[in-house]
Amino acid sequence: MIQIKDLHKSYHMGSNSLHVLKGINFDVKEGELVSIMGSSGSGKSTLLNILGMLDEADEGEYILDNVPIKNLNEKIAAKYRNEFLGFIFQSFNLINYKSALDNVSMPLYYKGVKRKERTERAMQYLEKVGLAEWSHHLPSELSGGQKQRVAIARALASDPKVLLADEPTGALDTRTSYEVMELIQGINDEGKTILVVTHEHDIAQMTKRIVNLKDGVIIDDSKVKQVRASQHV
Amino acid sequence: MFDIERWQEIFETLRKNKLRTFLTGLSVASGIFILVILLGFSKGIENGVRSEFEQDATNRISVWTGVTTKGYKGLNPGRYIQLKNSSFDAVENKFDNLLEYRTKDYTIWGGTVNYKNETGNYRVRGTLPDNQFIENADIGSGRFISQSDLNDNKKVAVIGNKMKMDLFKGENPINENIQIFGMNFKVVGVYYDPGGDREESQVYIPISTAQQVFNAGDNIRNMAFTVKMAENFDDAVAQSAAISESIEAQVKEIHTVAPDDQSAVRVFNTLEEAKKIFSLIATIQAVFWFVGIGTIIAGIVGVGNIMLIIVKERTKEIGIRKALGALPMSIVGMILQEAVFVTMFAGLFGLIFGLGLLELVGPQIESDFIKYPQVNFNIALITVFLLVFAGAVAGFFPAYRAAKIKPIVALRDE
Repeated sequence: MIQIKDLHKSYHMGSNSLHVLKGINFDVKEGELVSIMGSSGSGKSTLLNILGMLDEADEGEYILDNVPIKNLNEKIAAKYRNEFLGFIFQSFNLINYKSALDNVSMPLYYKGVKRKERTERAMQYLEKVGLAEWSHHLPSELSGGQKQRVAIARALASDPKVLLADEPTGALDTRTSYEVMELIQGINDEGKTILVVTHEHDIAQMTKRIVNLKDGVIIDDSKVKQVRASQHV
Repeated sequence: MFDIERWQEIFETLRKNKLRTFLTGLSVASGIFILVILLGFSKGIENGVRSEFEQDATNRISVWTGVTTKGYKGLNPGRYIQLKNSSFDAVENKFDNLLEYRTKDYTIWGGTVNYKNETGNYRVRGTLPDNQFIENADIGSGRFISQSDLNDNKKVAVIGNKMKMDLFKGENPINENIQIFGMNFKVVGVYYDPGGDREESQVYIPISTAQQVFNAGDNIRNMAFTVKMAENFDDAVAQSAAISESIEAQVKEIHTVAPDDQSAVRVFNTLEEAKKIFSLIATIQAVFWFVGIGTIIAGIVGVGNIMLIIVKERTKEIGIRKALGALPMSIVGMILQEAVFVTMFAGLFGLIFGLGLLELVGPQIESDFIKYPQVNFNIALITVFLLVFAGAVAGFFPAYRAAKIKPIVALRDE
């Protein structure tokens, strides 16, 4: 699903140049649940941003679902983001004046789906995350866990190839974190490829593979025995 | 632009952000509203001043005759040109729709007038009812000469205030008889004249009566006209010059005078008063335009400010939308469409509200100096579009910049 070869990324600040990613090689197969770990400054967020087409690499190859991702202009990047990727953020990033349902249907709007179908499909995904009866509530009326579940429903709405989660449990308490991870595991069980950036070991243990980043290189990449979140809930 | 889905999205955004929509709309609507009211009242004051001073502002054309200095068509120089009723009628007919007031005059320069034991020497002027307006004579009591006085050659007189003082010593002269060259005339009115004692030492009688009692036949001494007020001073000058020339040409033709004879027929026009009034009106207009343009600029700055704040406030939302696959241009388009829609709607609302208020309140105003406040609809509409355009421009740059920001940066914005 994802192939990365010799990926380099530097940030230039005046005369200083910061080499963040120093040759990353890494493949993700369809249906994998991968966590990317590392301390802050290790380059894990940069890697996720490049994978999410929110940023572009200086060097190296990035192939997503057999499509080489390079020389993107804004238009194509937007199209790929909409078709291939679903984002889950630490701070949820819901649009606060839109109801849960409208938030979930947003990617479908940009996909050009008609309103009626949009609403129906959004509703299905809200049901899937167990928030059907909250569909007309604003994000401010939802708890943190509920917000993250709305965000997950939104990420799923456009039926992307890959879900990218940037510290999805970073703003949640342990119990809620596990609930969210249970949901993510469930989605993965259905075959969706998911990448999770986290610095929490217990969360990483709930994925199937841990990639450890340090100073811009992968120091460890190993499969783990998945801990089911449902055991902790 | 005509994408129904886009409009639905925009209406939803507006509906969900009622306060923001309301405040944006309010600032635009109130700006336009104030401008409409301002322009309306400036027009009202202009109308008021115009009508208040109209009688003084009209430009006056008077025709006098003298002796010919050149031979023409076999006639010798040295001929006295005598104006007749028919000369007046011809001019009046030809320029009827351009003229406001018209009068002809038959004057006896030194007329002996007495009342009981008091006697004085006064100018006796046979004239037409319109002369009251041409001379700016204010009626103090009674009335001026009327058309029926003329028709019946009545022996009625309108005396100046100075005469009233001299002859009547403060008594009420109305309906008293005075003797002009021994003939009884009934006083029907007393007038005041801004020209002072000299102008008030005259007695007006109907010209038909004057021609009859002084055996003048249908001779007249001179004639005078006023031309309707033009829109501005330049027009007034041009109009006055054109009419003066045509009248001169016509009178010369009627009386067979050489076109280049300067002394036989003389036409004067005065624009002094008109010039003062026009410059007053121009000043009023300039002041209101100045204030109006200031209001528009304030409005533009206000709308621009609001747009900047709105875009700033929505930076994160823009990031989210981009992460979900929105094209940069669709984001700029969305913000602009929203801004244009709100400013346009609010602007037109303010416009209609302002016009409605003017329409409603305008006729109620009872002031001599404010009449029929009204607004040039086109100017008001242009202003609305100007504000909409300013809002769009002010919204475009921050929206464009925000849409260019990497979504990851926009998302970080708290």
